[in-house]
Amino acid sequence: MDSKTVETRHAPIRYLEGGQGEALVYLHGAGGMTPDDPILAELTSRFHVYAPYLPGYGETEECGSLRDMLDFALHGWDVVEALGLNNPILVGHSMGGMIAAEMAALAPNDVSRLVLICPAGLWLDEHPIVDMFSLLPFEMPGYLFHDPEAGAKLMTSGLDLSDPKFLQDYLVRNARQLGMAGKLLFPIPERGLAERLYRVKAKTVIVWGESDRMIPPIYGPAFQSAIAGATLVNVPEAGHMVIAEKPEAVAKAVEAVA
Amino acid sequence: MKFTWFNLMPWPYLPDDFREKHHSVWVDIDQRLFDPVKSHEVYNTYMDLLEYAGTLGFDGIGVNEHHQNGYGIMPSPNIIAAGLARRTKDAAIVVLGNSIALYNPPVRVAEEFAMLDCISGGRLVAGFPVGTSMDTNYCYGQIPALTREKYAEAHDLIIKAWTTRDPFAFNGRYNKLRHVNIWPRPIQQPHPPIHIPGGGSVETYDFCIDNTYSYSYLSFTGYLRARALMQGYWNRVEERGAPDKSPYRAGFAQTICVAETDEEAERLYWPHVNYFYNRCLHVYPGFADAPGYRTIKTIQTGALSQYAPPRGGFAELTWKDLIEGGHVIAGSPETVRQRLEDLAKSLHVGNIFCLMHVGDMPAEKCMYSTKLFADKVMPQLRNIFPEWADDDRFWCHPIEHRAVAGSLPPAPTSAPGLAPRQPVPAE
Repeated sequence: MDSKTVETRHAPIRYLEGGQGEALVYLHGAGGMTPDDPILAELTSRFHVYAPYLPGYGETEECGSLRDMLDFALHGWDVVEALGLNNPILVGHSMGGMIAAEMAALAPNDVSRLVLICPAGLWLDEHPIVDMFSLLPFEMPGYLFHDPEAGAKLMTSGLDLSDPKFLQDYLVRNARQLGMAGKLLFPIPERGLAERLYRVKAKTVIVWGESDRMIPPIYGPAFQSAIAGATLVNVPEAGHMVIAEKPEAVAKAVEAVA
Repeated sequence: MKFTWFNLMPWPYLPDDFREKHHSVWVDIDQRLFDPVKSHEVYNTYMDLLEYAGTLGFDGIGVNEHHQNGYGIMPSPNIIAAGLARRTKDAAIVVLGNSIALYNPPVRVAEEFAMLDCISGGRLVAGFPVGTSMDTNYCYGQIPALTREKYAEAHDLIIKAWTTRDPFAFNGRYNKLRHVNIWPRPIQQPHPPIHIPGGGSVETYDFCIDNTYSYSYLSFTGYLRARALMQGYWNRVEERGAPDKSPYRAGFAQTICVAETDEEAERLYWPHVNYFYNRCLHVYPGFADAPGYRTIKTIQTGALSQYAPPRGGFAELTWKDLIEGGHVIAGSPETVRQRLEDLAKSLHVGNIFCLMHVGDMPAEKCMYSTKLFADKVMPQLRNIFPEWADDDRFWCHPIEHRAVAGSLPPAPTSAPGLAPRQPVPAE
């Protein structure tokens, strides 16, 4: 994929672009994105994909003036506008799904196809979501992957954990990324979306990894019942990182609304 | 030198297997370990000890704010300070401090600190910490990346509330107030002296320098490890063009234990030092530093939370480790004097926050150590910075004639005389 930059009011936004076909905007989750992510390969084989890095992620600078949910949702629309897109397929994973859902609720006439991949944004008291901000790195794979061992290898491939410079870079990256994510997700990943989902008009598909221990699959039906006509696809042998463990199944679900 | 006797107020009944069996001393500590009936005794003893220190010539007695914390049972330091203001006469009441981003609205801090200043007759030294990540983010739910912005706004609001004599509107991002008009307001003008506890953030250095606030490094790891950090502060004081390098621009917290001899100190105090350093500081590392709490600039300077475990994890620390590492200054009066002089000179700090109640130390031992310090150590260290003896910018200015608690006249046995009401002259 090509790495490009587009200007927005808040920051120059780096984004990845590739593939042929209908325009699709992919919003990454709190853990960020790399050009090698399997989901991007699957999507670019079917669509013309635009995958922006949120402020604080990748080479996009953090942005102090994005503070709350409304700021982020409007920023999402600013990016779509700046890319010159009209009614792209809107796809978001986890925190990106939360932003995509807000965008669709905010401007229901501007998005007709929406894909939410184990999105954040709802809270059920009887099914509390783990406090991801207090997890230590070694604890993460257990929450993110169906197969934590293989997941841990995915997360650390190419990284030298014994290098002190790596540790410093890791802390800086973590602070930049999760610092921004915290504005939407800390201490509880809920900002009133439940009261706005009724506005969504898009044909919507919700995708969930059946082994998701970060946001339990019980949240799938909660989203489904809040969005008129939404369908729910449960993916076996996949966790919260269903985009890494079963990218093809996710891409097929996207095709279903395209 | 200014010496403040400090009590963190640790819970003294954490079990022997606490570190092995429990997740964390902070945030999600097992509530069943707290016994409210026992706490009655604990609180009263701790307040008695603070009052005792107030009678021995310490410049101040100090309290601080922590939440859901096994070694600090003081979520509201102002409640303790109010008790101390009534029961002490001369010592400064050092509240170090109120985590101002956590008060809604922060005008509450302006009001309560004003009450403390009025009740104590102008003895308040006010502290405005950003608050640890444990307290601020994990216990009180503040969004890490917005905490500093909210803190800065709270600070501006409090100072404005203290220094503005007419009602004003405050249109902040986090506080929308149409009629700010605090009543009461503090005795000390323009406002009580302010100390800012910090942990190495460059932004906090600048904030202190620009506002003439004292920067306090409240660490438990002692003065030897603090040298690089404090040097960073003093370098910044110079770079920023501050008019002077008064040692009272800085403060430092240090665990101190005094006995007749070094051997006696180890014998008397090791169990309690051990309790504190090897049991109370068991903080789950995931709570040490919420992402976004520290600025990128600060992380890049290499400043990590003192609560984050060192690489390789915490080992069991011995008395020797703690003494040699400077975590604890303990021994005979002469040993303690030498090391504190070294501390004050090497860090160039004029305010020492003496952590003299340690872990589960019983009152008797604490009093013994405190008395020896007051009699045999403190007088020897008074004049380390003679050229700054008159620098009173960072300390309280009590009024001369202060009320004494419990000074009501004898209870009348019949109707009091019909003294006419004193008129309040019209302005």
